[in-house]
Amino acid sequence: MSEGAVAWMLVATALVLLMTPALGFFYGGLVRSKNALNTMMMSFGAAAVVGLSWALIGYSLAFSSGLPIVGDFSHAFLRGVGLEPNGAIPHVLFMCFQGTFAIITAALISGALVERMRFGPYLLFLALWAVLIYAPIAHWVWGGGWLAELGALDFAGGTVVHINAGIAAVVGALVLGKRLDYGRQAILPHNIPLTLLGAMLLWLGWFGFNAGSALAANEIAGLAFANTMLAPMATGLVWMILDLLRDGKATAVGLATAIVVGLVAITPAAGFVSPLSAIALGALAAFPSYFALLWRARTRLDDSLDVFAAHGVGGLSGALLTGVFAQKSWNGVADGLLFGNPMQVVIQVVAILAVIAYTAIGTFVILRAIGLVTALRVSEKAERLGLDVAEHGEQAYTSGEGAVLLLPTGRGSEAGVRGEAALKRVGGSA
Amino acid sequence: MKLIVAIIRPEKLNEVLEALFRAEVRGLTISAAQGHGGETEQVETYRGTTVKMELSPKIRLDIGVSDHFVEPTVQAILSAARTGEVGDGKIFVLPVERVYRIRTGERDEAAVTPVA
Repeated sequence: MSEGAVAWMLVATALVLLMTPALGFFYGGLVRSKNALNTMMMSFGAAAVVGLSWALIGYSLAFSSGLPIVGDFSHAFLRGVGLEPNGAIPHVLFMCFQGTFAIITAALISGALVERMRFGPYLLFLALWAVLIYAPIAHWVWGGGWLAELGALDFAGGTVVHINAGIAAVVGALVLGKRLDYGRQAILPHNIPLTLLGAMLLWLGWFGFNAGSALAANEIAGLAFANTMLAPMATGLVWMILDLLRDGKATAVGLATAIVVGLVAITPAAGFVSPLSAIALGALAAFPSYFALLWRARTRLDDSLDVFAAHGVGGLSGALLTGVFAQKSWNGVADGLLFGNPMQVVIQVVAILAVIAYTAIGTFVILRAIGLVTALRVSEKAERLGLDVAEHGEQAYTSGEGAVLLLPTGRGSEAGVRGEAALKRVGGSA
Repeated sequence: MKLIVAIIRPEKLNEVLEALFRAEVRGLTISAAQGHGGETEQVETYRGTTVKMELSPKIRLDIGVSDHFVEPTVQAILSAARTGEVGDGKIFVLPVERVYRIRTGERDEAAVTPVA
């Protein structure tokens, strides 16, 4: 164990955890004000349910030796996850670091489900998804599973996190169906500054995500850090130019999206490519996501906050370009297409297809199974009212004017009687 | 007495207020409003979605005045709020049945006469 590594990984783990509320801000600003809290709760809630299902079961399925396709239960309920070293850091810290990845991955899916999904079934979905879908895929790539054996390169989670979440999002949007207003009314972001704040905090957290994936305080962490800084800058610049060419105006929502796309794309490559390659990779990754986003808005697919265009397509670009730009002279792991190893691209494609197939089928089955037991969608009335009030009994932005205090229902007291009557009215309208 | 209701451009509010104070109109209420008065719609783009904003932000002024104050008030707003472009707004002059000043209970002309 190294003290430097422990110190850095403590910070990196906290930084990755910060990405989940950051995503809440990013998504929260993009929805209508009547759904702002529900959308943010979808991220914050993920921290609770996924974090715990990960610690109790998921971690074991991902990081115990087990089979090539899934781990076993030898670390279930954190058995044997103690202070002993796991690489350069304590095992228990490694478990936490990986847990923050499971949380953000599951939370990413929520962007396709916003403004219409019931909160309870959503939490159940995430808990099951983290254990049944995320954990096995994490095992394939990072837990000594079959994709690791094959030599697939995924430094910090292009396939495991982003392609995985992007595909699950498409399936989720399809199973859930589109929002009532989708394609009929303009649905506009209610707070773009919140989205920009979220994008910047995601970027900050991503330094922990990518540079932390070196699992050490070493030169590869430094390389991943540099690449995480440079790639989104290139994506952002190209995105603004595309915006300018399209209608003469660079948009703020566009730049916030571009930063995320660039971060997604550099994720699998962060510790494998040179900084100059990272700039090229970030610039190239802007194109497919930019046009996927324009295309999606014209379809009936209500992937509401474009999880697929940002994370699915961005993850695909990144995973493929990792196979192109990987350079042994920087990392000592593998060369890509540009450096004389075309096979790496083929291996990357195998990894991508395997993840797409598994997450598409698995996500569909989990959502349909929950849908058999209980409704996935809120009622039409609740959707029109907004999920903040309907699902959480709160509003994001209320002046408090016109709010009458309901006194505790003391028996026989006049205030109590009025209070009960008022409560019934409120309940009836929700 | 009349109630003057004016709908103006938000960016013209300060000039209108100055003109009104110069005309010694000192009692007024303003509120934020949205409206459509035939101006060209603003086009906005959010990711792949392009929208036309049918309503533009406006300011609404409500001014209760005694009869001889109607003309100076209207002239002050007309000159200060005008840009010459479509969307400058409207002024409505409405008859008023009764006015009370809440603090004193004074009514009608006395209620809309500025406090010295």
